[in-house]
Amino acid sequence: MIEVEKTITRNWGKPGSHTLEAYRNSGGYSGLRKALQMSPAQITEEVKKSNLRGRGGAGFYTGMKWNFVPKNSPKPVYLAVNADESEPGTFKDRYILENDPHMLLEGIAIAALALNCHQAYIYTRGEFKKQSAILNDAIAEAYQSGIFGEKVLGKGHRLDVYQVRGAGAYICGEETALLESLEGKKGWPRLKPPFPAVVGLFGAPTVVNNVETLAALPAILDKGGDWYAALGTAKSGGTRLVCLSGSVNRPGVYEVSMRTTIRELIFDPQLGQGMPPGRSVKAVIPGGSSAPVLSADEIDVALEFEALKEKQTMAGSGGVIIMDDSTCLVRCLWRVARFYAEESCGQCTPCREGTPWQTRILRKIEEGRGSSEDLDILISVASSIAPFPPLGLGNTICALGDAAALPVHSFVTKFRSEFLAHIEQKRCPFGESPWGAYGGGRV
Amino acid sequence: MTDGALSASEREKFDSGLAEILTHYPSDQKAAAMLPALRLLQSIKGWLAPEGLAYVAEKLGVSKERAYEVATFYVMFHTTKPGKYVVDVCTNLSCSLWGAERLLAHLEQRLGIPAGESNERFTLRETECLASCGTAPCLQINEEHYESLTLKRVDEILAKLP
Repeated sequence: MIEVEKTITRNWGKPGSHTLEAYRNSGGYSGLRKALQMSPAQITEEVKKSNLRGRGGAGFYTGMKWNFVPKNSPKPVYLAVNADESEPGTFKDRYILENDPHMLLEGIAIAALALNCHQAYIYTRGEFKKQSAILNDAIAEAYQSGIFGEKVLGKGHRLDVYQVRGAGAYICGEETALLESLEGKKGWPRLKPPFPAVVGLFGAPTVVNNVETLAALPAILDKGGDWYAALGTAKSGGTRLVCLSGSVNRPGVYEVSMRTTIRELIFDPQLGQGMPPGRSVKAVIPGGSSAPVLSADEIDVALEFEALKEKQTMAGSGGVIIMDDSTCLVRCLWRVARFYAEESCGQCTPCREGTPWQTRILRKIEEGRGSSEDLDILISVASSIAPFPPLGLGNTICALGDAAALPVHSFVTKFRSEFLAHIEQKRCPFGESPWGAYGGGRV
Repeated sequence: MTDGALSASEREKFDSGLAEILTHYPSDQKAAAMLPALRLLQSIKGWLAPEGLAYVAEKLGVSKERAYEVATFYVMFHTTKPGKYVVDVCTNLSCSLWGAERLLAHLEQRLGIPAGESNERFTLRETECLASCGTAPCLQINEEHYESLTLKRVDEILAKLP
């Protein structure tokens, strides 16, 4: 394993790590103290130097995003924190909220100083009851100790931070749907441009940043942008959290070097500890279920934005899902397709109509009732939502369309013989056990 | 008046909670408080009946259609009266790779209802990924989260429900 200095996870698992006292004892809020000595432009410059990229899915450079906010806007600038973690296979932000909420809050204060922002809203997944409670306590501690409120640490400007809980809608993790939801509406994504940095919450300039992205800021300000950049690769600064799940011996969240490959993640004794006994890798989803799937011969790729892009897939939200050689990939794809059909918001026709259609065809094939013509229709439906390759050609307002179509394109292209076997044998070749080595459940 | 309408004391409880929530928003953006307001109402009444939605809409200065539109968009809001316990089971990919389909079948049999249906005591639903992929399979009962489940453990959890 490539050794890295732990930043985001350095306090995880320590007793009381979620408290202000423990965070301060570990050096917490020293990044904010440094930021208070700097101008907003200097803070942004440090973040640009760090090569920090958004950890929510798109991998956009954080410093660049901040620079899109108009200077001297007559309207207030808002910060919206995306804690609506819901991309299937992703479970890192919940552990940041559980283990080290003050790292996030310090990041929020730093971002607020850089953006001249006085109000931040943390949009937390409705299902995160426990995490919301921990976060609320941490926010209260931050107010009590003068980190938030009248003057940030007695020196900065006024900063109010509020938590708003979602209510169960995957689409609200999309940044403009999140803003609609924060405005008290259903989560229908907005057309871009204008981008939220120009016209966001309540029509005012708004930066939307992911939890892990903001939690990286304290270390960047404390140790410098150059230090953070050097942890990563030429184009992606820092370490990153990856969420390992599926058919692997030790699922979990790991903070790894951007140079760590998927193979190392699966097999390293300090990471995934290998495949179930007697099993081998068949397929890997590298960045949450919307990322195009990789086959077993493609897993020597680094878990880094550019490297995964070269493989026509994406680093996404860090959700790495492993499927072993005894797993039915038609069944897997059906589950993924069904999820996007459930979660399509209904605004754009290709996605609203196409996602249930994909799901029905996949179920038909899985149950042995499919024909090769169905496979052609499936690809045609997916192409109507978003053609592929390359990435990013979706015909819908937001990326949920792409998210629904990319798995279909990639699974069918890379594992066509498995789909054809279902059609030819008129049944699922995996019979009653389609879910691989651990698919029978825990005992 | 159905059991969905608010009594005087429930109105009082809602009004004071809403007053606190509204301090989080700009004074000309009251309607933004819709999600927290609906969550508050549901915590008081158990679900969002037409009378309750109309009350929230009036308080926030929007149409009751707008309140209904929001309430029906989000799965955690109940616009029909659910069972006493809402059981949400994740059957997404990572959980299914750890036995979620078997878990759901077990629950359907134990609760006596298929997924998507309710009786007096239970509402059973398949839900979106709950961010427990590393501790799969998982479920929530009235928003309490349970993970790393076995069938035996689920039986124990069910047995403890009052």
